[in-house]
Parts: sequence; C-alpha cells; structure tokens
Amino acid sequence: MTQEPDRAPAAPGVGDPRHQEIVRVEGLHVHFPLRRGVLIQRRVGSIKAVDGVDLALERGGALGLVGESGCGKSTTALAILRMLEPTAGRIAFEGRDITHSSQDEMRPIRRRMQMVYQDPYGSLNPRMKVRDIIGEPLEVHGLAGDPPTYAERVAELIAMVGLLPDMADRYPHEFSGGQRQRIGIARALAVNPTLIICDEPVSALDVSIQAQVVNLFIELKERLSLTYLFIAHDLAVVRHVCERIAVMYLGRIVEIARREELYKRPLHPYTQALLAAIPVADPELEARRPRAIVTGEVPSALNPPAGCRFHPRCPQAMDQCRRIDPGLTDLGQGRSVACHLFRSQ
Amino acid sequence: MPQPLLQVRNLTTRFTTQRGRVTAVDNVSFDIDAGETVALVGESGSGKSVTALSIMRLIPSPPGRIEGGEVFFEGRDLLKLDGAGIRGVRGNNIAMIFQEPMSSLNPALSVGLQIAEPINVHRGTAWANALEQAKVLMGRVRMPDAASRLASYPHQYSGGMRQRVMIAMALACSPRLIIADEPTTALDVTVQAQILDLLKELTLETGSSLLLITHDLGVVARYADRVAVMYGGRIVETAPARELYKHPHHPYTRGLMASVPRLDGDTAQRLLPIEGQPPDLAQMPAGCAFSPRCGSVSDICRSARPPLTQVAARHFKACFNDTRA
Repeated sequence: MTQEPDRAPAAPGVGDPRHQEIVRVEGLHVHFPLRRGVLIQRRVGSIKAVDGVDLALERGGALGLVGESGCGKSTTALAILRMLEPTAGRIAFEGRDITHSSQDEMRPIRRRMQMVYQDPYGSLNPRMKVRDIIGEPLEVHGLAGDPPTYAERVAELIAMVGLLPDMADRYPHEFSGGQRQRIGIARALAVNPTLIICDEPVSALDVSIQAQVVNLFIELKERLSLTYLFIAHDLAVVRHVCERIAVMYLGRIVEIARREELYKRPLHPYTQALLAAIPVADPELEARRPRAIVTGEVPSALNPPAGCRFHPRCPQAMDQCRRIDPGLTDLGQGRSVACHLFRSQ
Repeated sequence: MPQPLLQVRNLTTRFTTQRGRVTAVDNVSFDIDAGETVALVGESGSGKSVTALSIMRLIPSPPGRIEGGEVFFEGRDLLKLDGAGIRGVRGNNIAMIFQEPMSSLNPALSVGLQIAEPINVHRGTAWANALEQAKVLMGRVRMPDAASRLASYPHQYSGGMRQRVMIAMALACSPRLIIADEPTTALDVTVQAQILDLLKELTLETGSSLLLITHDLGVVARYADRVAVMYGGRIVETAPARELYKHPHHPYTRGLMASVPRLDGDTAQRLLPIEGQPPDLAQMPAGCAFSPRCGSVSDICRSARPPLTQVAARHFKACFNDTRA
C-alpha cells in the first residue's frame, strides 16, 4: 500500500491511525479555581465548567456538541486538544491515553487533531499572506518539504476550500468573513488531520454565507474522510452537519442521540425547551407550534444546583430531581438521557 | 383608511469613509401602521440599523448625514424637528431597544433611576412618583423581586435581566412605536424566546407598534406582521409576513429562504447557498445591488435600478424579472 506523499506514517507512540474510536472521553472534569484577595490569593471556590462528561467519537463520524453559552462545550473541546488541563477524567485519542501526555508528546498528536475557530477575524495573523497562514502548520510540523512541493500543497489547499489561486498572495483584511473562514479551514486541513474540532465555525458569518461554509464542511468530510467534533449553539446548523448530537447543560451532557431521533423526539426537558425556543422560518408553522418556553436563565457554574442541574427551570421537576443527580442512562440505539423521567427504577 | 403611524419616504443616509462616500440607506420608503409589528430584515451592512438610527435622528455627524427624505410620525416630519423637538420624541413617543443592553445602560446609576428618568424628563413627574412607576414597570417585564432590585446596578444583572430593564425603560412613557434593533442577538436561545415573547405581548397589550430589526428569518416568522427585506441599503421586497414566506418574489429573498438551515426539512438535501459575497457599499454595482450574485440577471439589471413594483396586496418587489413562479 502506498502512502499519500504528505501523509507521513504515524510516529511511534502516537496512537493507532486505524483505531476505530478517534476520541473517548470518560468522566472529564475541568474546574477553574476562583481566587480572591489582593496580596494573598485565597482559593474561594471553583467554576465547574465541565463536570463529568463522557463521550465517544467514531472514525468518520460527526458529533455535534450543542448548548447555551457557559455550558462547557468549548472547554470540553479545549481539554480534548489538551490546551486546558483536565481536573479529573480520562481522554483517549485513537486508542491512546493522552490525559497526562506532555506538551512534547502532544505535538505529533496535534497534527492529527486540528481546530477551526469561531472568529474569522481574530484567528488569522493580519501580517501574514494567505499562503503563509495556510502553510504555517506544515512548517511547524516539519512537513513543508522542498519549495515546489510546499507551493503545490498550498495551492491544492486553496483550491480545496473554494478560494482562487491568485488569493494566495493577499492579506486577511482583503477578504470577507466567509472567505476568511475558508482560509482557516485550509490551514486546519494542511497537515492532513483525522479530527477537526470546529468551535462555532459559522456563527460569526452572515446568513447567506453560512450555507456556503456549512456545505463546504459537508463536502470536505466526505472527500477527506474527516471526523468532526462540531461545537455550536445553533441547532439548525448542527443538524445539517452532524449525525449524532450531544446536548450540554451546565457542564454535563443531558442527552445524546442520533440526529433524526433528537429532532423528532427530544426526550430531555432541556432539549425540548431548546428546540421549542428556536423559531422556524415559516409563519404558518410558527402559529401552530407548541411553545414550551422555560423560564429563568442558566445558573452559575460556581454553585450548580443540587440534584439535576436543570431542575430549577424544568417544567416537569419532581421531588427526586432536587435531591438526586440523574446520571446518563443508556436507552439503547445510541441514545442516552440524564433525566429521572427516563430512569428505570 | 387611517394614516400609518410612521411613514418613511425616500430616506437616504450617507457616510464619509476612508474609501469614499457610501450610501448606507438608499432611498428607503416604508410604513408602519398603529399596532403593527414590522420586521426589517437583512444581513450586516444592509442598512437596517442605520435606517432605525436615521428615524431616531441618532446618526453621528460627521461622518454620517441624512441627505434626503421624510420621516412622518403622527403628522410631523421628524427630520425637520430641532434638537429640543426630537429629544421630546425620543424615549417618549418612540423608544428604542438596542442589541447590547450593557452598553446602553449607565453602569453608575441604579436600575430604578434609569427606568424612572424618562418619566421624570418627559412627563415632569416627581422623582418619588417616577420611582414608584418604575417599580410597576419592573413587574410588567416580569422581573423577579422587582421592588428589591430597583436599587441594584446593571452589572448585578444577567444579560436577559438587563434586556428586561431596557424594555421597562422603553415602555416607561407608553410610546406609540418601539424600535428594537437585534434585541436578543447577544442572548442565549432560551432567553431570546422569553424576551421576544415578552416584547410582543407588551406591544399587543399597549397597542404600540414595533419595528423589529433582525437578521433571523425565524424570528421574523414568529413575531412579524409585515416584513421589509433590505439588501445593500435598499428595500428589495416588502410584504405581509405569511405572503412573503409563501410567495417570495425577489431572487435575494428566495435565496435567503433556501440557504437558511432549518430545524425541519430534509437533511439529505444540501442547503442552497447564495453564491458570491455581500455587496461592498463603497463599490456598488450600477444597476440592481443584487445583480452580481443573481441567478436570473439580465442586461437591464446591470445598468438600471429596479423600482419597487406591486405584485400582490401590500406586496412589492424591486426586480425587473418576471418573478411569478
């Protein structure tokens, strides 16, 4: 079997590139200490941004991580990339435990997990030409090769994301938001990663441009057999890209299910509230839609409510919801829900 | 037929920028009837916010200038009022709610004072009395423990609570028209629904009109009676909401509807994006603003500007093509 020229064989100890399970996260906790005091900083508590998350991502899959701001979806992603230290739990990438890998050990692994950021303005260096931005990961990972190979690879990436060849010598400010996001995607693809973590990749874009970028993500996934962890607050966008969706609330996953089931029959009251809150672009349908609107706002992750974290806002809260924390219960067919309504007693 | 509450006629607002003079609002005309919710929908740079700021005479000058048109409100042209005249309208007959509640509230004043201020200023009500009314308003926007929260400051509130304060301030003088510029874009979805429901409910209750500025076609579908679609500073189509979603005529409106990801519908079907980039106001095409991205463009579209023509009752489009489909 011949390797693709730019897909170097995996270095020893990096993990198995044929491993079916790309990411496995078990009992992940990421807490941020909260300190008070002017001279002597005293730890007065901790913000439990991620507080017990389990998830698994298969090769070639696309998992959507959705929830409102502060639910811990971005923190989960940064912990998987090991850009944030997990407080507790275990993270495996392609079958290898990377929870405690050093930054040196992480470098070859990060080549296989790349990130696309939300802000197409802040994430590109304004002083670098597009060709250098896209080529930089190749340099960093020592994959640049001789100048003609390098130039060819950059040109290939530019074409892959739907930009024009003559755009390579321009600077980021000359591009619109959608084009900048394409540059960010090309940069992520440069080193042939297996996993792409996308953190709100289209939420900063205009409506007419969002669809272009969403379609690009779908095409690239098929063409390059990529695996996505797709973080977004927009459930309609996630629905188009991901076949499995995990809903997060206050540091926990409350429901995880296949796309069709989640949107047709959401089980967790929070998932139901989230879907009901999003208006659909159809006035006649809107007039008929049931409106189960939850009251209040997401409480602080500093002191999450006891029992089920959603119980203060839940229209179906029962006595046990205030006392007992419902763990994720596997309901079969790839669906798990953390709610007392669905726990076998 | 009664007079519309607000009549905007040929409104044009330009800005002087480093790249030359740009026309942010280009010959825009529309009406709002009493009690009606009209949505101004468009993408960033389409001119929807500048239209709202022009109505309120809040365009910073320089660099901006309202160069033409009329804005009739209750029989008066707001563009002809002097400083004192327009100040008597703002926050009194017309109130505005902005996207960022934190930057529209004074961080150094208690919330109660800020809600009471317009009552004191416009109605001449004594402070003690105005504060009493502020407490009532806090209750009307469903503020939990309204009475005890009057003395707290904006930073002690969450984003959703701040937007409730903004709504209370807007309602303070029982305005005939409320202009809400992306009032929930900065909020989470579950809170967004709460705030917009509250706003809609209160306008229905008080009979005031609402000009809702948004980029979200779902929000428009849920809350608007009538819609004006803006593109490149111009209104390209306007119609009653149901009519617009059922029979969109302008290629841009149609494109927008086909490109928006939805919670329903077929996921096997790819989204149909509008190709190309949004218009650059400093380099507008000679004819129709949408012509460089339009799938059914013809010669006349590149040279002449299409006027708004009627296609159905209260339904107008600015397109040369025969768009009956």
